[in-house]
Amino acid sequence: MDKRTPVMEGKNITVRFGDGCSYCRSHPELEKGRCPVCHTIWGVRDVSFQLYPGEILGIVGESGSGKSTLLKTLYFDQAATSGGAYLSLYQDGQKNILEASSQQKRYLRNHLMGMVYQNPMLGLRMKLSSGSNVAEKLIAAGNRNAGSMIDRSTELLEHVEIPTERMRDQPRVFSGGMQQRVQISKAIANNPPILLLDEVTTGLDLSVQAKVLDLIRSIQEELGIAMMIVSHDLAVIRMMSDRTMVMLGGRVVEEGLTDQILEDPLHEYTQTLVSSLL
Amino acid sequence: MGYVAVTGGQDAIDASIELLREYRSGGKLPVDTEILRDRMKLLIDRVMSEAGLYAPDYAALALKQCEGSTEEAVFLLRAYRSTLSRNYTSRTVHGDEMHIRRRISSAFKDIPGGQMLGPTYDYVHRLLNFSLTEEKEEELQQWRAAFEEKAAQAGEVSLSDTAPRVLDLLRQEGLLEQVQEDRSEPCDVTMENLPLPAPRSAILQTLTRADTGFVSGLAYSDIRGFGMSHPTIGELRYGSLEIEVDYPLEGGGVWYVGEIFVTEVEGLMGARAGGEGIGVGYGCVFGRNDTKAIAMSVLDHALTLSIDSPTSDMEFVLLHGDCLEMNGFISHLKLPHYVTFQSKLDGLRNRKRSLEHEGND
Amino acid sequence: MKETINGSEYNFAFLDEGSKREIRRAILHAIAVPGYQVPFGSRELPIGRGWGTGGIQLTMSLIGPDDILKVIDQGNDDSVNAVSIKRLISATTGVKTTTDAAEADIIQSRHRVPEEPLREDQVLVLQVPTPEPLRSVDAHEAVTRQLHADAEYTGIWVNLFEQLLTRGSPFRGADHPVMTDGRYVMNPSPIPRYDNPKLNQAQCLFLFGAGREKKIYAVPPYTDVKSLAFEDYPFRQEDMSGRKCRLCGAENVYFDEMFDSQTGERFYQCSDTGYCLKRREAQESKEGDKAHG
Repeated sequence: MDKRTPVMEGKNITVRFGDGCSYCRSHPELEKGRCPVCHTIWGVRDVSFQLYPGEILGIVGESGSGKSTLLKTLYFDQAATSGGAYLSLYQDGQKNILEASSQQKRYLRNHLMGMVYQNPMLGLRMKLSSGSNVAEKLIAAGNRNAGSMIDRSTELLEHVEIPTERMRDQPRVFSGGMQQRVQISKAIANNPPILLLDEVTTGLDLSVQAKVLDLIRSIQEELGIAMMIVSHDLAVIRMMSDRTMVMLGGRVVEEGLTDQILEDPLHEYTQTLVSSLL
Repeated sequence: MGYVAVTGGQDAIDASIELLREYRSGGKLPVDTEILRDRMKLLIDRVMSEAGLYAPDYAALALKQCEGSTEEAVFLLRAYRSTLSRNYTSRTVHGDEMHIRRRISSAFKDIPGGQMLGPTYDYVHRLLNFSLTEEKEEELQQWRAAFEEKAAQAGEVSLSDTAPRVLDLLRQEGLLEQVQEDRSEPCDVTMENLPLPAPRSAILQTLTRADTGFVSGLAYSDIRGFGMSHPTIGELRYGSLEIEVDYPLEGGGVWYVGEIFVTEVEGLMGARAGGEGIGVGYGCVFGRNDTKAIAMSVLDHALTLSIDSPTSDMEFVLLHGDCLEMNGFISHLKLPHYVTFQSKLDGLRNRKRSLEHEGND
Repeated sequence: MKETINGSEYNFAFLDEGSKREIRRAILHAIAVPGYQVPFGSRELPIGRGWGTGGIQLTMSLIGPDDILKVIDQGNDDSVNAVSIKRLISATTGVKTTTDAAEADIIQSRHRVPEEPLREDQVLVLQVPTPEPLRSVDAHEAVTRQLHADAEYTGIWVNLFEQLLTRGSPFRGADHPVMTDGRYVMNPSPIPRYDNPKLNQAQCLFLFGAGREKKIYAVPPYTDVKSLAFEDYPFRQEDMSGRKCRLCGAENVYFDEMFDSQTGERFYQCSDTGYCLKRREAQESKEGDKAHG
């Protein structure tokens, strides 16, 4: 594959809560994306991006900036109002996956994309053992051989340092860091080319955060998965991402190589963000 | 638009109460509380259960007083109970000493002591019996006399009217989940605020006093798919228990103070997380009320599970089912809220004005 | 046609003709799409919801005055609920009832398929408490309907896998789900696994009625019905080998297990009481012949 063909491309994605009015349609820069006249919220507004094979794209912004909404839209947890997303490995990059049928979306979620949520309740079934949580992805991909799935789940959980004897335990009895690691092993169970990570270390202790980030880094290097990492924490973005998009009020206000953005931020908001980091 | 302040409250209330009396006295026949007590047994049972007061005569009186509203009757009994002093605490009553009138198990065909259907509507076809509109009391009494004679001829039942518990069989086999025995003094939610998390004694007391419909609806939601406490009825028994109190004076001994009829259920379910074997949910309610007792056993069990289900949320289950509390709070919505609503309106108007102002910029 | 109970007149088979016709249309729909749960306007009956009202509505809408009816509960003709249902149907239709499965035109059953194979001219009506095999996957009806439409059954397989992982067996005690006609995963109603294979390529029509949940579904004659099983854990019935009915001596049937609480002795009896009775009658008449011959 050409290194310069993006594995995923987003085109003019907009997620709007409300109908909009003549005022907000003509004013793209709304504070917090909220229209003062009709109260419509522009969660994501006209966002385009490319995700290249094997890279880590960071998305940073304050809470309410639309970064998590964008990720959830790409994973179909949130419906887009307009715009499109295209995967080079799916229907030759011709199909707007945001308009896919429920069956197609399921295929995309099980084979081509993995997602790790901030809240493990969204990514894991708390009433099931961690082994079954991982196996769910294998079953979704058509595996009906229990023995091979037990082997593969064991292997995946070991990969994220969940010992085999905890395989029958439900993740609700695990610590936050362990829950995130189970989510990660589930998300990569079918070797997807794309992994989406939404604030995965938020709320974890610093030492645990570092371990989870190391794990993500090693998986990325080992498997060459392209990743989109959403975080409000610029330190996480600095440590992890090759390129970075800065979001504010639903829009992308700045993007570029992470180093460049950190050294020479152009947008006023990015400057504030960077100065707070130093 | 302005609001007219409502005045003349006292006159309105007096007139309303007078009107209630007019409604209560409609028709030509008086309501005899004895009839209510003896022929509306299940209604009496329900009121006593939700009131948490075993007093058939007073329950009948309460129903007479409030046109048959269970909600109001429970209210009257609870309020009456507040006027009574509690002089004694009964001795612990054991369900296995129950004088059984009905006893079934859905888990085993054969149970020691046998199954006994007793009086139940379960196998009655629910067809309106129009002939009852012309039922003659005299004929009914004749039938009763004949029935009693037949029963007498059938002789003394050879079986004892008590029986060991079905659960004991499973316990002997070691199939029941092991639980810590709790010998602490039971909590009484009528005397103290419900502690949270609630001890089991408080859970059971709250559930048995809860509104029948609330308990049944929650249990139904649980077993239909929103929870994980679908039971097999190990045993359901209905009958009377003897209530005794300790003789208060020198010398000790016990006083027999009367009997109460209860329905008791032990439901067999899964073990709680980390447990092994069969888990048990317990239900026990005043009077003849299978559904409430079973539903109670479902919720008792559901509350031991830590899963993401409404019925496993202790505060959700325990704080919303009390007849007085729920009906009191819902009915309070009818009270004037003129002041609070006025301030809400004011806030909304201000906000609308300021936004219009901004939009014009 | 009218029938009288307690001096009140009721339509033949209780329900009005319009309701019966509507239920028959749902039945036809169900037969046309094997395993698909057809929603229907379940009527209130004089028997409690959850006590077999789905089955009763099916039977009521199909039965004619010349039909012969058999009703069983967990295999038993004399269980209280079977008797209650039988009484209601015969009181409102006047039809003849039987305990002999071969003699019946319609058999209504809770939790068992009779031992004797049924014929093309017979209908087995099964009472269903939980028609939705995906209910344990998602409690919401709107979600499970979409999953069926997409033939998305991952959740059921995950549950079976979970059972295997945590309890050592992927099989449910009763109501083990089946794939019907290669399209719909279906709950066969809480029959023991022993009975599951009887649904596959059977001669008779199976109708499933869930009154409380308001669903009807069907397995038409000669339909593929496959019990769900992992490739490396082939489907297994309950092990009944080495057991013998203490009344009729039958082997290779489904047994009720009983205890003598006095002696602690364990013994077995045919769960299908009609079958057991038929065998015993045949044995007696044979012995009678011998005695006379």
